[in-house]
Amino acid sequence: MSNLLTVSPSPHVHTDDSTRKIMYRVVYAMIPALIWSVFVFGLDALRVTLIAVAACLAFEYLIQKYLMKVTPSVSDGSALITGILLAFNVPSGIPWWIIVIGSLAAMGIGKLSFGGLGNNIFNPALVGRVFMLISFPAQMTSWPSIRSAGVDSLTSATPLGVIKEGLSNGLSVSEISKSLPSQVDMMLGSMGGSLGEVSALLLIIGGLYMLYKKVITWHIPVAVLASVGIIATAFWLVDPQSYVSPGYHLFSGGLMLGAIFMATDMVTSPMNPKGQIIYGVGIGVITISIRMFGSYPEGISFAILIMNAFTPLINTYVKPKRFGGK
Amino acid sequence: MSVTVIYTIATLSIIGTSAAVILFFVARKFKVYEDPRIDEVEGSLPGANCGGCGYAGCRAFAEACVKAADLNDLNCPVGGNDTMGSVAGILGLEAVKKEARVAFIRCNGTCDHRPKTNIFDGADTCAIAASVYSGETDCQWGCLGYGDCFTACEFDAIELRADLGVPKIIDDKCVACGACVDACPKNLIELRKKFPKDRKVVVACRNQDKGGVARKACSTACIGCGKCEKECKFDAITIENNLAFIDSDKCKLCRKCVSVCPTNAITEENFPPRKIKEEKKEECSTAK
Amino acid sequence: MLKTFKKGGVHPPENKLSAGKSIEVLPLPASVFIPVAQHIGAPATPVVGRGDVVKVGQIIAKSSSFVSTNIHSSVSGKVKKVDFQADSSGYPKQGILIDVDGDEWIEDIDRSEDLKKDFDLSGEEIVKKIQDAGIVGLGGATFPTHVKLVPPKGMKADILLINGVECEPYLTSDHRLMLEKTDEILVGIQLLMKALSVDKAVIGIENNKPDAIQRLTEKTKEYNGVSVAPLKVKYPQGGEKQLIKAVTGREVPSGALPIAVGAVVSNVGTAFAVYEAIQKNKPLFERVVTVTGKALANPSNFRVRIGTATSALVDAAGGLPEDSGKVISGGPMMGRAIASLDVPVTKGTSGILLMEKNESTREEMNTCIRCSRCVSACPMGLEPFLLMTLSEKQIFDRAEDDKIMDCIECGSCSYTCPANRPLLDYIRFGKGKVGQIIRSRKK
Repeated sequence: MSNLLTVSPSPHVHTDDSTRKIMYRVVYAMIPALIWSVFVFGLDALRVTLIAVAACLAFEYLIQKYLMKVTPSVSDGSALITGILLAFNVPSGIPWWIIVIGSLAAMGIGKLSFGGLGNNIFNPALVGRVFMLISFPAQMTSWPSIRSAGVDSLTSATPLGVIKEGLSNGLSVSEISKSLPSQVDMMLGSMGGSLGEVSALLLIIGGLYMLYKKVITWHIPVAVLASVGIIATAFWLVDPQSYVSPGYHLFSGGLMLGAIFMATDMVTSPMNPKGQIIYGVGIGVITISIRMFGSYPEGISFAILIMNAFTPLINTYVKPKRFGGK
Repeated sequence: MSVTVIYTIATLSIIGTSAAVILFFVARKFKVYEDPRIDEVEGSLPGANCGGCGYAGCRAFAEACVKAADLNDLNCPVGGNDTMGSVAGILGLEAVKKEARVAFIRCNGTCDHRPKTNIFDGADTCAIAASVYSGETDCQWGCLGYGDCFTACEFDAIELRADLGVPKIIDDKCVACGACVDACPKNLIELRKKFPKDRKVVVACRNQDKGGVARKACSTACIGCGKCEKECKFDAITIENNLAFIDSDKCKLCRKCVSVCPTNAITEENFPPRKIKEEKKEECSTAK
Repeated sequence: MLKTFKKGGVHPPENKLSAGKSIEVLPLPASVFIPVAQHIGAPATPVVGRGDVVKVGQIIAKSSSFVSTNIHSSVSGKVKKVDFQADSSGYPKQGILIDVDGDEWIEDIDRSEDLKKDFDLSGEEIVKKIQDAGIVGLGGATFPTHVKLVPPKGMKADILLINGVECEPYLTSDHRLMLEKTDEILVGIQLLMKALSVDKAVIGIENNKPDAIQRLTEKTKEYNGVSVAPLKVKYPQGGEKQLIKAVTGREVPSGALPIAVGAVVSNVGTAFAVYEAIQKNKPLFERVVTVTGKALANPSNFRVRIGTATSALVDAAGGLPEDSGKVISGGPMMGRAIASLDVPVTKGTSGILLMEKNESTREEMNTCIRCSRCVSACPMGLEPFLLMTLSEKQIFDRAEDDKIMDCIECGSCSYTCPANRPLLDYIRFGKGKVGQIIRSRKK
């Protein structure tokens, strides 16, 4: 038996890559931002992250084993990513039971009800976040003060929240910007917000690592950021007193986090470059529309979820250019 | 306040009424006449939508029945004579009795009979294995064992037997819809006449190689020796391309061919055990 | 920046273990089994029978239609029988079993090693001789060469591309041939150019063979109209359409042949066979085969008579290693795994690759995570994940609309899939079914 030859169809060699390796690369890419959040928000950030990860892993295992009756696939790393992303999307002071409920929504509703990894339509972490945001708006929007390096700029609201409130109270941009952190601070990560969204720079570094490792392609992040940047610049040029400068839009809130880590989620984004650009531009336009004209200060989560819903449609109608095709 | 309420009620009522009027006329204008008997016939069918009748599902079959002048060419293999009788009753046509059929996998190349000569490691379907090569054994005709027939069967009438390496048909559940016949890339499955007590005498082999080659690949291969053909008094057995075939419509289950087959390629099933065959088998093994 | 094709492609580890080994002549085997179908098209009809005595180079099976070729005996001896035996396709095929006795060649073959540069033949005569010599594409596709040299009405070739890419990992037979038979190949190219009446030929070679590039570049100065194009390493550059795109920038339209953009592609091995057939009167009955594998004692390049059993090659290269799990006829990306070492070498066998047990089985398949790597790896711009699903669910009309027939079966999708999905297994199956549907529609 042992000396029989194996016969299989070609190809007979296979790349070293595996689903698990890809997933862990995403995790590595999130580590700089995670460390920064612990630095800024203290051990609370670590507490929130650990609870979210543990809850996501546990729910995946339990649901797969006892409800779906399949072999649990906890070790593939996807639940770990969902857990970290979920933690990245909440303020550090959030009570533990809200995170657990959010994890249940993320894994149960967002992922496993569709059949698990690869079959979900919506990004599970965002399903969890939006579920929490709508169910517990107060806890989800009370931002603890940050321990900033250097000046003790204690912010208890996100820059976007400040802008939104200021504009709706009829203040002009120049009046509002006095209470805003500088754009450089925002870029480096000295501002209020959810765990993962504070430092745009570290998120970009993580994104570059993923680009280098070919976990993601440039299409989605660039399309999202470019469309937000262009629209914000256009409005700002027309009326700088009613619209903040594009820098605030690019470096504030979850835009970087969303564009680099959540919009690029493989399962829920389109499958070819053309489709990915359409998807990215869609996210950018919806995000900036919500930020400027909607009632929420931040819109990236909704924008990504809305475009997730369009992904199957984009996949059906946007085809890659065939070799030798017209 | 009250004016608003009145306006609202009035507007909604007007919209509702006009919609109802439009719908009434549209329904009149575009009404498609459908023979009510189609529903009735469909109701009497098993509703398995297996396609065994040759139509795309039970509804299509019901339409065909209603249109047809007689039921000679129409048969629901799943429901059998009972169903066709009630269909005939609904339509006022004469019921045509059809003989019940059952599927049979013409390969007995179990692990004991057919040694493996290589291992297949590809997508686990017969269709793909067959497109790659002839199979895990030296027999290029026999069952591949990945169970495309099992997947195709809507009635759980096929069981995969890991111990045998060849699937088995469960005669009681088989409705002879023919889905497995189409699914088998090796064309092993045959729809045969169903005998009382599910008895059958069958050549469980499709090997068309010359005797020596066939025998080398599988100890129970048909070698096309022709002994059974000579033995059969009912002309039920024909030999073509080194392979014997028993026509189930002519077979009388006398089992004489079973006794003469040198490789036990002809098998009998569901008969009471008999002594002679056991002795014969022993002789065979000592001769080897 | 070196040229390459734009769309898709992968970089499997090269593992060219036998690149430094010069071509050795394999000793004559005791018997050969020569299949009558070694090419694309109709199988040849055997013209010898049991007991006939044949010489090396004698026709033993005649071409049965235009798209078919003659088969010549590769040995001298007695025909034992016309029989069926499994070839690399995995199914028993008709062939001629010959017991070797001595090594007697038919008289008109010039057995000297001298280079013969000059020729005085018209294009038609060259095509006729190529057809008689039974030459097929030696890169592995085995399409009869004479058919390629006669373009369909209204089409004309303006460039001849010579494929020296050898993008398959492990294989080195073309590489060695380019180094050792440089002049012969170039004369062969001249003959092919004459047959096609084109005045330009480009040899495409990947950058991982700098010695071959250098040697051919030097030698091409002596031959008119021939040049060398160094190419960036990328699989599947040896694919006809990819090579044309890489060298000329022309894109063969979907469903069309290379001649539609005025190009004809031929392998370096084929060019060498053309040289031998015309200048030396030697029909195609031997070829260079790479025998390689990580566990093999002595990976080598052999000149082998067609019909020799795989086992003879493996023995000559050091014997079958103990933990061999798989034997592949061809390269690791497109070659076919064979079930037994009795399978004979045919005109299309470019290599024999032995894989160790731990690399011969596939890893467990996981669910698709829609990472779209297959889409970016596909050199034809297809969506393998979709085609796999459509084939699996047997939705063949949509598979056809999504250009399943454009698939060149290069295996880049299966290679690159992180979830180990057997994409190409299903696509190949679907392609077969769609092909049947298209053919039945034409009838």
